Amino acid sequence: MEFFDVAQLLAKILIVVGAALGVVPVMVWFERRGAAWMQGRVGPNRVGPFGLLQPLADVIKFIFKEDFTPRNANKFYYYLAPMMALIAPLCALSVIPFGSKAIIDGHEVILQIATMDSGVIFILAFAGLEVYPIILAGWASKNKYSVLGALRGSSQIVSYEISMGLSLLSMLVVYGSFNPHDMVAWQASKYWGVLVNPFGALVFWISIFAETNRLPFDLPEGESELVAGYHLEYGAMKFALFFMAEYVAMIMASALIATLFFGGYALLPGMQTLIDLIGAQFAFGEVGLQNTKALFEFLSICSKIAFFMFMFVWIRWTLPRFRFDQLMDLGWKILFPLSLINLVIVTIAVYYFNS
Amino acid sequence: MGTINISKKYTAREKAYIPAILIGMKITMKRFIQGFFFRKHDTIMYPEAKRDYSQRFRGMHFISVDKNKTENCTACFLCETICPADCIHIVADERDEDENPYGVKKEKKPISFDIDSLRCCFCGFCEEACPKDAIKLSRNYELAVSSREEAIYDLDHLKRDVKGRG
Repeated sequence: MEFFDVAQLLAKILIVVGAALGVVPVMVWFERRGAAWMQGRVGPNRVGPFGLLQPLADVIKFIFKEDFTPRNANKFYYYLAPMMALIAPLCALSVIPFGSKAIIDGHEVILQIATMDSGVIFILAFAGLEVYPIILAGWASKNKYSVLGALRGSSQIVSYEISMGLSLLSMLVVYGSFNPHDMVAWQASKYWGVLVNPFGALVFWISIFAETNRLPFDLPEGESELVAGYHLEYGAMKFALFFMAEYVAMIMASALIATLFFGGYALLPGMQTLIDLIGAQFAFGEVGLQNTKALFEFLSICSKIAFFMFMFVWIRWTLPRFRFDQLMDLGWKILFPLSLINLVIVTIAVYYFNS
Repeated sequence: MGTINISKKYTAREKAYIPAILIGMKITMKRFIQGFFFRKHDTIMYPEAKRDYSQRFRGMHFISVDKNKTENCTACFLCETICPADCIHIVADERDEDENPYGVKKEKKPISFDIDSLRCCFCGFCEEACPKDAIKLSRNYELAVSSREEAIYDLDHLKRDVKGRG
């Protein structure tokens, strides 16, 4: 590999991982302030301007807390679980395209860390990995509450993965490709996936709430009945890793739904005129125009991710937690058959329109 | 007998669940906008602002003083007698003649007047029993102390400057 290839790859990794981990404290702050605003409270407002440094104070607290390991815990898996929890969604982020391509020094740089044709399958594989840290954490910490939380978490994630996969499959049928770039190109040239398959988008959206263990599906953590669920025995930075993993998983899920159903990095309406205006203003050549376009594409997907992150917070402070049997009923008796029917309908429609 | 069936038949609209979610989301969005743009909140910003309790609130005790900073207490022991929690401890003494320049003769004075606030139940009986309106309960509710000794209010602490009813 040439030096340039390695350098651009490292730069992309730095940008994506840095952005993902950098958004976490902002989201933690927003989660708390947003909750406060919705409930007529004020929220953390003492540390720094608007309380923005509160997550930093939390991190300092986490670092100086005692790093406690339960005596009967299985040490290896106990330490492995929080690492896996963070690594799995970060890996899945590597195939999310955050722009078409930029031209730097005459080289074309595709704005996606790992360019692979089976991109969506890769994402699904790593999204599926998210169940392992929950099981490992619950089982390795030798605690009844943790095991119950892990049981709930694993059954919930496995159940909702089916309806998530089926709605994803219906979109794969529509796009006819596994490559996220092809999907975005299809949506940019025609319409957003959500307009083609609104029901699939709804099922997918509900499923990612279950996948990321967010309210109303946060049964693995269920404070009121399971204390804290699978991460009950974790303290200090190990708990912070689980905490960060939840937010990185949210970013990953938001990026995935934005790419699949909401046009991914495709330019929002009005952005093309803005690019033309800027290009005319500064007399950009083709290279400059392409780079400006890449920047706006990055802004586009970022705004979509931000919207879905806001939805996560909004839904969290609106809905109460489901009962576990209701959760399973919703997953198996409603979403699963409906997404199956949806898949059949979409397949027939695609066959009809293509022939 | 004894069992009441309170389960109800849900309408199709309630079963669909999504309209209800949308109504809920509308409410939270309204609150979010109120909080985010208009800074509307019901929180009392505690150390800076304090809750305004009623005039009849019974908080930390104080002993009223006259213009000369002499306490109105005449050590009559009525409060100590009526106190249901036995938390008032007075040691009485004779007052000097020249301590009474205003004509009203106070023959006795407390040389020590301790209120054990850990025992006190803030019933306000002492306030009602006092013939001189000397012992009163202020509206100060910040009773936290860092040691047990501080929780026993002595005469100096009770004679502190309290404006109005605190």
